[in-house]
Amino acid sequence: MYIGVDLGSRTVKMAVWDGERLVDHQIAESGFEPHRQAEKMLAGFKAKTVVATGYGRHLAADYFADQAITEIKAHARGIFHYFQDCTTIVDVGGQDSKVIALNAKGKVSNFQMNDKCAAGTGRFLEIMATSLAYTLDEFGRAALATEQEVQINSMCTVFAESEVISMKNRGIPRAHIARAVHGSVVSRLIAMLSRVGYGETIAFSGGVANNPCMVEMLRSRLGEVIVVVPEVPDIIGALGAALYGAEK
Amino acid sequence: MSHFEIKAYPEMWQSLDMDVERFDKARLMLGEAYEKTYLSQKNRPKSMAYFDNMIAELHGARIKELLEAKAEGRPVIGTFCVYIPEEIVLAAGGICVGLCGGSQGSVPDAEKILPRNICPMVKSAFGFKAGRICPYFQAVDFVYGETTCDAKKKTWEILDKMVPTYVMEIPQCKNPRDIVLWNEEVKDFKAKVEEVAGKSISESDLAAAIKIMNNKRQALQRLNGLRHHMPSPISGKDGLLIEQIAFYDEPVRFSQKVNELCDELVDRINQEVAVPAQNATRIMVAGTPMALPNWKIHNLVEGAGAVIVNEESCIGTRYFKDLIDESVSTMDEMLAALTDRYKEIDCSCFTPNDERISQVIKEYRDSGAQGIINYSLQFCHTYNIEEIRIREACEKEGIPYIFIESDYSLEDMGQLQTRIEAFLEQIGD
Repeated sequence: MYIGVDLGSRTVKMAVWDGERLVDHQIAESGFEPHRQAEKMLAGFKAKTVVATGYGRHLAADYFADQAITEIKAHARGIFHYFQDCTTIVDVGGQDSKVIALNAKGKVSNFQMNDKCAAGTGRFLEIMATSLAYTLDEFGRAALATEQEVQINSMCTVFAESEVISMKNRGIPRAHIARAVHGSVVSRLIAMLSRVGYGETIAFSGGVANNPCMVEMLRSRLGEVIVVVPEVPDIIGALGAALYGAEK
Repeated sequence: MSHFEIKAYPEMWQSLDMDVERFDKARLMLGEAYEKTYLSQKNRPKSMAYFDNMIAELHGARIKELLEAKAEGRPVIGTFCVYIPEEIVLAAGGICVGLCGGSQGSVPDAEKILPRNICPMVKSAFGFKAGRICPYFQAVDFVYGETTCDAKKKTWEILDKMVPTYVMEIPQCKNPRDIVLWNEEVKDFKAKVEEVAGKSISESDLAAAIKIMNNKRQALQRLNGLRHHMPSPISGKDGLLIEQIAFYDEPVRFSQKVNELCDELVDRINQEVAVPAQNATRIMVAGTPMALPNWKIHNLVEGAGAVIVNEESCIGTRYFKDLIDESVSTMDEMLAALTDRYKEIDCSCFTPNDERISQVIKEYRDSGAQGIINYSLQFCHTYNIEEIRIREACEKEGIPYIFIESDYSLEDMGQLQTRIEAFLEQIGD
């Protein structure tokens, strides 16, 4: 078995590759000691190699992993596995969002990552959902169900939260505000895509790709472009790490 | 192993009206950071001992020298910019020192007064004076300010209330009439220095000072050239450190020590002794200055196993790439030659600034680097916008390139580490 572990800011993901196919995967909360969480998930598997990625990759390498690669490389490898013709990846995780450009061989040719603030990340959506009293699942569904969209101007999490509060107090329905929040994240992703440049197909990975409203809005705003989402978008980094280990 | 410590001189600091208790804490933290960043490096050149000592005596022996000079009536002038005509200060028997401005610790002091969304270097520097935690700031006769950015030029007005601040106008274009203005400004600065020194500068004083500074810049050029050898005989962190120390050390002694180090590096190259691994990725940094103790990018890059071989920066090649023509002898000719040299500095405050774009590409080729990290301090509009042209030039030349905008805080270390490692992976693939 070749195992990839993605120690992300919110969750730990594991993918198990047997040399031919993905035979297992797991997702768990990171907790206080993400490497312990990862070790628990690894127990019971006989791994030829364990490759770590994500924020905790070096911590994992200190404890159990054979090697660490960045999530940028890992996502590139994971997406290439599913979509060989895709040259652009949008990955939105808990703490950051990235746009990755690939060459024809699936290698990273360019990338952009958000800077240190939480704007345009999963964390941003989570904070906004909380301030509108939605669970994360409800949040995306409610935003998808409405067509009405107001504008959120601020990209900064702190200011956007004040903006959301003032909208609530102007009597704007929360579903409309929810859609506006999604719209603001999508605008940010499109700005990053435009900086890097994108091809005909864009693959959307990371936990936020589970949000139906994010996918729909990205599709509708990009027009002609095809947006593809892997079956389990959360584990693309872990899968990429596993595949990298298998090829070494 | 005995711990590295930046030496304490509480009585001297007291006499400089410093916040001694607070400064002492900062001293211990800096000492720890230095030990971790520098002394943990393997296989450093022996001649780095002098520069280690310059850090150990950062707030001691060098300050003593400044105070002795002052007692003799020699002017001590602080600066933040490579446009200061140092030769004039030297010619008057004076000392030119770079002031503190590279640390997050003093930023909160500045943010009590200045807006938050301005350059971290300006905030840090202002905070060092406001908090009375930089002995250099406390020791200077006056601060040399210039007009190279909006944040600085408006901050001088506020800083002037705490320490006399002289402002020299640096033009924004390099047309003939701008050079006329520049030359006039150089003459005004000379008059100001002469007034503080209480003596006039003779032609032979200036000629001697030009020679000293040319020697210093040549020593740094030599070091830079040796760093370009493959594999590099010295780490990028040590290279940057020497460029930082260049701003406060005594120039004749400094040049001699840099040349001694260079002799050792030549021996190392002959004996095939290298600091990084043979296959370490070679990176060039371009952009805004990294003032002591800003080692953030170098730490991350070299921590990931790569090596930095060149800094296209004010604390880097912009400081030493140009020399003053020594063939002229009258005062007017020498001041014109001096202005000529200073106008070659390609700061992004100028428009147009095409020279810098080709300079970056030239240094990339000369240094044998495999990729460029363009680094800009947060809110530095001119370097941030000029980034677009550097990026376009790199795309055209097929040079692996990444742009990083950051400040002095450590909050973004995780993200920066990921970006830098991914950039190194990209070069390696």
